Formats: sequence, structure tokens, C-alpha cells
Amino acid sequence: MGGVIALNPWDLSWAALLVLLLAGLTHWQGLNLARPLLIAALRTTVQLSLVGLVLKALFGALEPGWVALMAGVMLAAAGWEVRARQKRRFAGWWGYGVGALSMFLSSFSVTVLALLAIIAPDPWFAPQYAIPLLGMMLGNTMNSIALGMDRLTGEAWRDRAAIEARLCMGQSWQEAIAPLRREAMRTSLTPMINAMSAAGLISLPGMMTGQILGGTPPLVAVNYQILIMFMITAGTGFGSMVALRLGAGRLFDARQRLRLDRLDHLEKAA
Amino acid sequence: MAAGVLGLRVVGVASAGRGPWSFFAAPGETALLSGPSGTGKSLLLRALADLDPHAGEVRLNGAAQEEVSGPEWRRRVGYLPAESAWWRDRVEDHFPLASREGAGAAALTERLEGLGLSPEALRWPVQRLSSGERQRLAVARLLAGEPDCLLLDEPTANLDGESAQRVEAVTAAYLRRRNAPAVWVSHDPAQWRRVGGRHWLLTPTGMTEEGSWAV
Repeated sequence: MGGVIALNPWDLSWAALLVLLLAGLTHWQGLNLARPLLIAALRTTVQLSLVGLVLKALFGALEPGWVALMAGVMLAAAGWEVRARQKRRFAGWWGYGVGALSMFLSSFSVTVLALLAIIAPDPWFAPQYAIPLLGMMLGNTMNSIALGMDRLTGEAWRDRAAIEARLCMGQSWQEAIAPLRREAMRTSLTPMINAMSAAGLISLPGMMTGQILGGTPPLVAVNYQILIMFMITAGTGFGSMVALRLGAGRLFDARQRLRLDRLDHLEKAA
Repeated sequence: MAAGVLGLRVVGVASAGRGPWSFFAAPGETALLSGPSGTGKSLLLRALADLDPHAGEVRLNGAAQEEVSGPEWRRRVGYLPAESAWWRDRVEDHFPLASREGAGAAALTERLEGLGLSPEALRWPVQRLSSGERQRLAVARLLAGEPDCLLLDEPTANLDGESAQRVEAVTAAYLRRRNAPAVWVSHDPAQWRRVGGRHWLLTPTGMTEEGSWAV
């Protein structure tokens, strides 16, 4: 393995300057994006620096309890993120619970499966493998579920009259919401289908790039990348199915009435 | 009145802070509803169709709302909202299959002609319908489901005089044939006279009987 070139703060400042430039430019164009851009950039710096320290400690300790705690914190944060990205979110705990539960079911089970059956590190929860894998799973399922749920609730709000017209013809809630659920599922899966189609030809996925930069032989990196892509696709697909089933069900009550009052009424400020 | 009685029986229905409303429409009888906008006419009809959570008791031909599933109840009561909604590209895709085949198809053709529409209208794209065609096709779609009762929310509000009378005639023929009760929201005294039935004035806290119109 070749040595890794370590980056110093000055190297990062150059990259940061580019983001600042972009923020300035969008502000000048009156796009209202400078603030969210800078906040996100700041978050990425602080969060990644902290997680670097945490991972350093975690890799040293090799304690299953700490790994579980870390995984729990990551899931909780992903749940909030999904909720925050909904324009019309479910009121109360549902707004958080649908995303968090379906991410838990899909990301955790697929990651555990990969660790136990495929990669099989020793011990199986070895944080060097478990945490990055789970992180990639959660990051992608989070995106897909947020996209799919946003589509489902947004379209249900818009198509209320049509859904109720179908209910009035005697259709069940499943029949009345089926087209919206299909579209939402398509929205959820599209990013991964696109990513798999473009991988290697147009884009070199981030993890593989990272491994190669870190000195891993390209063919080893490629195998890992394919494994990750498949896992992410399965995880996002199953997770979105669960989330959309729960979400669609929550839009109706026991009498199979459309209950848009279960969504928060205020549109999220742009 | 006993639970087994035929007709539409509404007792103390209240929804979204309006009501309670109570009335009875015997088989073949139409309850004409009027009242200033905002009194809750649409809320009442939506509650009767079980589209909103509500209080009170609704029975159709003896069966209470909560005794049958939501979809089955809504299939029976036949609710026509003021604004019709369409979700497929072609008109015919919104009609139950049974209404487009065999004996059903002949009845449907006759009904469309009664509404002043060509049977060809079934193959039209929804996008190209005028608001009047849309409304008359919504009536045809409603009746094609063969509901046991009709809940009509200003069904002729967007129609010209001739089309309105066609809708009245087709609806009256349906109600006569099925001997079905109906609720008809209308602000037009001339229409009350033509449709006939008991006239109720709705207020946000109740309803009073204003008289009867014989056909």
C-alpha cells in the first residue's frame, strides 16, 4: 500500500474558500441560498471533526455497547433529518416515527446481514466496518425515504378531490392511494437506479474514490463498491416500501376516510 | 322510527362544530336543502357519505353507517360533490366495468343521451371536457354505480337551463325506478318546484322544515 497524503487545515481552507465564493454568488443573485449553504458547510465541518474523534476512540475500545450507542445516535439524527425534509409532515410522533422505524428496519438489518454473512470481520461488530457501512446505508435510505414520503403526502394533499372521488365509488383506501404510492416508490428508487447506471462510467462513487486515495488496490475497492451499491439499493427499496406503507395507511382511518388533518397544516417556510 | 325502516334517517349529525342536524327522507322522497353559504351544507353531505369524522347516527334502509365498511357505505349512498374530480385520462375509465358491458351499456347510452351527451363522450379525454360536460358526466358516473340513495351538492350550479333540466329529469327517473331517497342541495326555488320534496332550511346549529313541494 502506498502512503496516504494527509491534508492540513490550509488545504481545507482552499476548498472552503470555493464554498464561500458560491455562497457569495448565490446571495448576489438573490437566491436566498447563502445561509443554508453556509450552515450546512459549517455542520459538515463540525460533525465530521467530532465523528473523527469519536471513531478514533471507538476503534480503540472495540466495545459493542459503544458501537450500538453510536448506531443509535446516527439513526435518531437520520429520523429528524427525514422529518425536516417533509413539506407536509405527519403531525406528532408519526412525523418522526415513520422514517425512523423504516430506516431502522431496512438499514440495520441489511448492515447486520452484510457484516455477519458477507464481510464477516472479527468481531462482527468491528466498528471499522460496522459504522461506515451503517453510515452509508442510513445516508442513502434517509434520502430515498424523505423523497418518497414528501411525494406521497404532497400529492395526497393536492389530489384530495380525486382520492375522495375514488373512495366515493366504493374503492378501498389501498385502491384509492395506489397510484400515488407507485409514484412515490418510483421517486424513492430513482436515485439509486441512476447511481448504479452511472457508476464507473460517469461517476466514481465516493467510497471507492476514498479507498483508492487511501491506497487500496482498485479491484478490492471495486468489489466493496459493488457490494455497497447493492446493499444500499436493497436497503433504500425495502425501507421506502415500509415507510410508504406506514405513511399511506396513516393517511386513512378505520372508516377508510382520507385524513389530511393528520398532516401538519403549515407549509414549511422555504 | 324503528331501525328496520326504509329510507334515509339522520339523527343529530354534527361535524366540525356545525349541527346537530336531523331529518328523514322516505324511499323515493327528496330532501331539498338550502341555506346561506358557510352553514355547513357540504359538511352535512360529507358526513352522510362518511368522508369526515362526525357525531350522530345515519341509517340507510335500516343499516347504520358504522355497521358496514366505509367503502361499502359510500358505494351505497352515492355522493356527488359540487366539484367533480377525474383521475384517469379517459372518461370511460372512471365508470364501473359492469356499467359499460352488456345490458349495462345500453342503459348507460340511454342515460348519456338523456343528459344531452353522445355515447361517444365515454371515449373523450377528460382534459378536453367543458365544465358543463364534466358535471353531466359526473352525474352519469354517479348513477352508473347504482347507489341506493343520492346525495347531490348543487349538481346543476354550473349548468345552463337546458342542461340543468336534463340532469333533473335523469335523476328523477333514477330515483323513481330505484324508489330511492335523496338529499339535494339547491338555492333555486324554481328547481325545488321541479324536483319536488320536503324543503329544509339549514343553519349552523340545526335545520327547520320550510314546507313541501309536490311535483
